[in-house]
Amino acid sequence: MSVRSEPFVGAARPGRHIATLASWLDRQSVFSWLMMAPPLLFLAALVGYPFCYGILLSLQDRPVAHAGTFVGLKNFATNLHDPLFWRVALNTFVYTALATLLKMVGGLALALAMNQQFPLKNLVRALMLLPFIVPTVLSTVAWMWILDPAFSVLNWLLVLVGVPKPGPSWLGNPILAMISIIVINTWRGLPFYGITLLAGLQTVPPELYEAATIDGASGWQRFRYVTLPLLQPIILIVTLFSVIFTFADFQLVYVLTHGGPQNATQLFATYAFDIAMGAGQLGLGASVALAMLPALALLIVALTIYLRKG
Amino acid sequence: MVTGHGPVERLVRLWLPVGFFLVLALFPFYWMAITSLKPNSELYNRRVMPLILHHPTLKHYVDLLTQTGFLTWTWNTMLVAVVSTAISLVLGVVLAYPLARMRFAGAGLIAMTVAAIYLVPQPLLFIPLADVINRLGLGNTLTAVILTYPTMLVPFCAWLLLGYFKTVPMELEEAARIDGASRLQTMRQIFLPLCTPGFISAGIFAFTLSQNEFLYALIFLTKSSVRTVPVGVIAELIRGDVFYWGQLMAGALLGSIPVALIYSFFVEHYVAGLTSGAVKG
Repeated sequence: MSVRSEPFVGAARPGRHIATLASWLDRQSVFSWLMMAPPLLFLAALVGYPFCYGILLSLQDRPVAHAGTFVGLKNFATNLHDPLFWRVALNTFVYTALATLLKMVGGLALALAMNQQFPLKNLVRALMLLPFIVPTVLSTVAWMWILDPAFSVLNWLLVLVGVPKPGPSWLGNPILAMISIIVINTWRGLPFYGITLLAGLQTVPPELYEAATIDGASGWQRFRYVTLPLLQPIILIVTLFSVIFTFADFQLVYVLTHGGPQNATQLFATYAFDIAMGAGQLGLGASVALAMLPALALLIVALTIYLRKG
Repeated sequence: MVTGHGPVERLVRLWLPVGFFLVLALFPFYWMAITSLKPNSELYNRRVMPLILHHPTLKHYVDLLTQTGFLTWTWNTMLVAVVSTAISLVLGVVLAYPLARMRFAGAGLIAMTVAAIYLVPQPLLFIPLADVINRLGLGNTLTAVILTYPTMLVPFCAWLLLGYFKTVPMELEEAARIDGASRLQTMRQIFLPLCTPGFISAGIFAFTLSQNEFLYALIFLTKSSVRTVPVGVIAELIRGDVFYWGQLMAGALLGSIPVALIYSFFVEHYVAGLTSGAVKG
């Protein structure tokens, strides 16, 4: 142990000023604020300032490399009259809702399956998490090749079981493209749900199941009335997390479909990117990105309050 | 846990679902691996059974390493991930320690702000941030991403460490204070050495998040010499409509290995970090 018994701050102190300074620095509030100043200033400069600046940009007509002119709420009005904007809103909603639902149900199934004793369990758990830890862009490239129009291995398998050649055009058909991004988002996020819920399941006391069994509860009833209520807080947190980051997803769609075909998979983030970085309209792009704010703010406040309670 | 004991029931309840999820999770990686080892004659021949490897070759790897900037991108990715993880851990510690240990007005508000910032997704900030980086003259420098990655990683590390710090007993620090140690000495010499597992968890997460980052790197880094692996692979191995699938898969696999390797060494810390936030909620 490295606990020293002699005093750190010696009695032979040179002057009273230093002693006063030392005791001032030792006050909890002074110490805390001095300590937190560097990270807080950093976050204020690179999160707080850009956030406010983004609001300002959204009120400007601001072509890239030109000065902006203030136009009030014109950008937001443009969005409201743009059918594509509403298409993007619908896409984002469908994508978030279905992917979250799939992850929740699949993750719960994964957690229940893994909550049994079997050999090499830790290895299996480690492998299951691979989709979640590998860089999204790189695994998405693999999926792109799995769904390739000419050499899709998925279609090769489908043709084997009797689907007419050449099989579905996964990324060329608007509905199939939406299904594809939902499934791949689920593939990546499901392990996070599964492993987190598994940790939750392991905290359920076995006596509860035994008591329920003695009372004649069936497997389904034990799940419905013992497991589910105890897991509910964890499910809620994981879901809020997942909704926030699915709602604002960019990477997967940018790499796999670029929002296509015919904007069928365009989400808020990719659409804002296209307008700001592709067409160079920073103001309009910022207004599209900010259109995510009301929903996001609601979710973030809900989750923050929930996390604080814990 | 009440489970069935018959072999058929065990098959249905355990092996079928676990096997299904395992195949689903791992198939894309298997497909990456065998694609990267196939010669083009096999890759683009529809009459060859695709699921197995007939004539393995390392040609795609050789081409990737000699004809593209892949090694440079890997070096850039590592540099950026290590530096931004280090910055984020240090800033995360000095943010989390007072929140975990000190009583002062505003602590609750700061903790909530940190949690909220942690949840702000990048697409909300990238447009103004791009303008800020341009005005600072940092376009096409690694500094641009080394500065911006910690905006996600600092709140994240602080939040994870805050949870960890609260689990460390306070007795040793109290003893050190009674012995006359200053607050800074207590923190550095007594408290921080006890927190290594927390640092490992936060460090791995920060490292994997920086390796995964794409949006900022895509916007700020447009020259090959400063690109990171995800951006390099997307921007330079896909040329127009031509896909070099062998090289792409080799790049995807090699680019995944550093994260997978680190993860495999510290998988318990990773899972502990993953579940602590939610389970404690």
